[in-house]
Amino acid sequence: MNFAVLQFPASNCDQDALHVLRDVLGHSARYVWHKENSLGDADAVIVPGGFSYGDYLRTGAIARFSPVMQAVQNFAANGGPVLGICNGFQILCEASLLPGALIRNRSLQFRCEHVFLKTATADSPFTNRIPPDKLLRIPIAHGEGCYFADEETITKLKANNQILWRYVNAQGEPTEQANPNGSLDNTAGICNERRNVAGLMPHPERASETILGCADGRLIFESVIAALQSKSVAKAA
Amino acid sequence: MKAKIIVMPKKAVVDPQGKTVQSALAHMGYQGIGAVHVGKYLEIELNGTDKETARKQMDDACHRFLSNPVIEDYRFEIE
Repeated sequence: MNFAVLQFPASNCDQDALHVLRDVLGHSARYVWHKENSLGDADAVIVPGGFSYGDYLRTGAIARFSPVMQAVQNFAANGGPVLGICNGFQILCEASLLPGALIRNRSLQFRCEHVFLKTATADSPFTNRIPPDKLLRIPIAHGEGCYFADEETITKLKANNQILWRYVNAQGEPTEQANPNGSLDNTAGICNERRNVAGLMPHPERASETILGCADGRLIFESVIAALQSKSVAKAA
Repeated sequence: MKAKIIVMPKKAVVDPQGKTVQSALAHMGYQGIGAVHVGKYLEIELNGTDKETARKQMDDACHRFLSNPVIEDYRFEIE
C-alpha cells in the first residue's frame, strides 16, 4: 500500500510515522509537503503530530488552509482513509473533516506519559484488527487534547458509534483519573460519520515496536492496511 | 482603518485558564472576584476607507479563520 505522510512547517512526528509504515510494516510511504496540491497515488493519508505553524492562533488553524489540505478534502470525499495523530487530529477538526475541537487540557499542563485506550468498536478501517478486549498502551504528548463538542454532536457521535477510543485505567474503566486532559466522555479518538476519517491524540507511531516498550500502536496501522487490502481484493473480484 | 477583534470561549466550553486566573486573584486577596474568562484580542490594520466592505471581509475572516465557531464567539469593530 502507498501511504502519504503530510509535512507542515513544525510537524515533528512525520519521520516516526514514515518509519513505522515503511521499515516496520514494509509498506510504501512518502512525505507530501504541505505546499503540494496532489497526494499522488496514495491509498491512505497520515496527518502526523507536531506543532504546525507553532500552534499560532489555534492548534491546526493555519495548517488547515495549506494547499495540500484541499487534496485531503477531495481524497476524504472519495472515501479514502485519513488518520490524524495528535496535531493531525487537531488539523482535521479545524478542517471540519472531523466534528468538534481540541482545547487546552483541563489541568493546563502538558501531559507526556503512557495511557491505556479502550477501543469502542472494530467497525472502522482504523480498528478492525484490534481484539475487542485488548487495551492499547500508547503514549500521549500534548497540551491541547481536551476533546470538546456540543451536546448534539456528542449524542450523534455516540449514536453512530463514532467514538473509537476512550482513555481508561488498567482495568479498562473510563474513570476521571484515567482521563489525562478532561476530554468529554474520556474521548481519545473519533471518526467521521462515513468512518473513513479518524483522529486520535495518543501516538501509535511511537508505540509500534517492542524495542520502544510497546507495540500496541501497530494494530491501528495494521487495521488501515487490512481495510485497504480487503477493499482491493473486493475491487479485483 | 483598523479592525479590533475580540474572540472569547463560548459559555458552554470549560475555560481552565479563566478558572485558574480567578482562583489566583482570590488567593492574592482581591475581594468579590467572580468568573474570569480568558480570550484573545486582535488588531488588524486595514488599507482602504470603505467600512462596510471591511466589515464584511472581517466577519468572513472571523468566522472562517480567526475564531473556531465550535468553541469560540467573536465580536469586532472597525475604526
